[in-house]
Amino acid sequence: MMRMTGARALLTCLEREGVEVIFGYPGGVLLPIYDVLYDSKKIRHVLTRHEQGAAHAADGYARATGKVGVCMATSGPGACNLVTGLATAGMDSQPVVAITGQVATHQIGTDAFQEADTTGITMPIVKHSYLLKDPKEVPDAVRDSFLIASTGRRGVVLIDIPVDVSRSEFDYEPVERKASLQGYKPTTRGHARQIREASRHILSSSRPVIYAGGGVIASDASQELRKLAKMLDIPVTTTLMAKGVFPETHRLSLGMLGMHGTSYANYAMMESDLVVAIGARFDDRITGHLDTFASKAKVIHIDIDPAEIGKNVKVDIPVVGDAKTVLRELIKELEKRAREAPPKDLKQWHRTINRWKKEYPLFIPDDGLCPQFVIDMVYRKTKGKAVIVTEVGQNQMWAAQFYKASIPRNFISSGGLGTMGFGLPAAIGAKIGRPHEVVIDIAGDGSIQMTSQELATAVIEKVPVKVFVLNNGYLGMVRQWQELFYGKRYSHTCLHCDVSPDFVKLAEAYGALGLRVTKPQEVDSVIDRALEYDGPVLVDFRVEPEENVFPMVAPGSSLDDMIGGKK
Amino acid sequence: MKHTLSILVENKPGVLARVAGLFARRGFNIESLAVGITDDPSISRITSVVDVEEHSLEQIYKQLNKLINVLKVVDLPEDTSVQRELVLAKVSADPKARAEIIEIVDIFRGKIVDVGKETITIEITGASSKLCAFENLLRSYGVVDLVRSGMIALSRG
Repeated sequence: MMRMTGARALLTCLEREGVEVIFGYPGGVLLPIYDVLYDSKKIRHVLTRHEQGAAHAADGYARATGKVGVCMATSGPGACNLVTGLATAGMDSQPVVAITGQVATHQIGTDAFQEADTTGITMPIVKHSYLLKDPKEVPDAVRDSFLIASTGRRGVVLIDIPVDVSRSEFDYEPVERKASLQGYKPTTRGHARQIREASRHILSSSRPVIYAGGGVIASDASQELRKLAKMLDIPVTTTLMAKGVFPETHRLSLGMLGMHGTSYANYAMMESDLVVAIGARFDDRITGHLDTFASKAKVIHIDIDPAEIGKNVKVDIPVVGDAKTVLRELIKELEKRAREAPPKDLKQWHRTINRWKKEYPLFIPDDGLCPQFVIDMVYRKTKGKAVIVTEVGQNQMWAAQFYKASIPRNFISSGGLGTMGFGLPAAIGAKIGRPHEVVIDIAGDGSIQMTSQELATAVIEKVPVKVFVLNNGYLGMVRQWQELFYGKRYSHTCLHCDVSPDFVKLAEAYGALGLRVTKPQEVDSVIDRALEYDGPVLVDFRVEPEENVFPMVAPGSSLDDMIGGKK
Repeated sequence: MKHTLSILVENKPGVLARVAGLFARRGFNIESLAVGITDDPSISRITSVVDVEEHSLEQIYKQLNKLINVLKVVDLPEDTSVQRELVLAKVSADPKARAEIIEIVDIFRGKIVDVGKETITIEITGASSKLCAFENLLRSYGVVDLVRSGMIALSRG
């Protein structure tokens, strides 16, 4: 037992959880915590330039490492600024613990200076939250937060700490980690009968497709997924969140599916007789029009969150459980059954898919400086091994289409919430989590301006991220929709980034290296220079302004009804 | 279709807000709500009536179970549970009408809990339909004020 303040107990508990970095921004009610943090030997604090940056950085760190990301902000405006970042992490089921300062307990509810109802504001976006009233609650709250954030369907947990709770002393006693809480017992093992049923369907299917989502990454089940696909020769399509779980260079890979997925992935889903969904949630960007989606297929849905099963799509064989555990059991069952009766011959199915692949490949237009060409060059230069972080919009979709990922946790993007401004701070978090790898933020000129102040963080904290801005001077994705669906009326989507800002000068103003590319033949050497430079770099690629992302499934259309699928 | 959900939750601050917020955010309408402590003071029971299709009910059930403070959710069908609401009604009762009102209260096995110069206050419990019938009968005498609790329910047997 030791006498200590709530603030010191908080830091002690965070250290016990193995936290090595906190992304944060100080403020009045955080003073007691920051005072203790000043002396911490185990925890690095990264001062972002905006609380949103802190939340995205913690999220990026979590996505890149699989560990819990921690961010911290002061009461009122600080906590409010975290909200976008926490919602982003929550929508993509990332383990993040947010610590917010709060006004003193006796001031709560009085509209005190910098008071906001943080637990109230964040309630719809967190997995759980705590408003502490006594320093004695600190050890349990920290332990439970990390347990809740990092198990089951991962998520965001927020701990709101009033300043008097941080300041006052109590008798601290370390608490042991529990396996579960009274009201929190995620199901990890799949039901044996359901797994048998699933394997029976898989073996009798003649047009199966594996549709893998972010849950496969969260449960570290990439090896199991690869084994399953390869042992039965089943084609694999991944969501944006799952890029990397299955090598996109493999012959069984269909790449990404959905609104901007490959034509062949979408056709395969629509023609399939068995969709094996693993850790995915049938989002509207995946399914297109729900009534026609995969209408010829039976659906096996493996997910750790029972609420996802049957939410959007009718499921024939639900399996609630952790992807890794379930896949292991499923593989065992399949091996046993395959010995008794050989699986179906899928040659015909592969022939069909290969025909689609030949007829509708992704292609790089050959006019001018095309963003697709830039991404492809980045892919070649980094041999597909870089950690790619994206912003949101066209840049994100081009990165997803043309950077063939083959390593889990190497493609980091805001999928569910689609948060512009995510990329740079998330890249900083990712680079801090994995300092020995090349981390590239594929950005758009719109998105980067939402959090470009974090260039200062990258420079001061010596985090050598590479920011590649595909600068087309537009909010490109919205402009694309205006072009296609609103008669080219480009209402307020032109950003005039050829006029302002000057991205090279912006980078230089922050102390980063700024480079510019205006011609296709410069791409090669400038990427080399950016990758060789030992420090943060921003490259302004002046790409074709009105290039579109194709193929595209118009919202509300059937998944096989694609615009621009053919060269 | 109407469903009565019995939700056992940890008795902690903010739990009702989490449950109610979940209903609102997922677009489920609460028709009736009653909250009270159980025999274990660390656990409360929220009884809620919702009017939803089977598919939505399943979503409510699963989403509720995801809340950390929710311990158990049970759907209590009408035919296998006892369901009760409480009504307190203040009715105008001049001396002429008084006897009639008392008679009605007796028939419905209600109780008179307060008598004033011009009003009497009645307490009555029962299932929803019984209370509606009772309310209708009282209306002709003049209802001054009426309060109805949310439904509470327990499974039979």
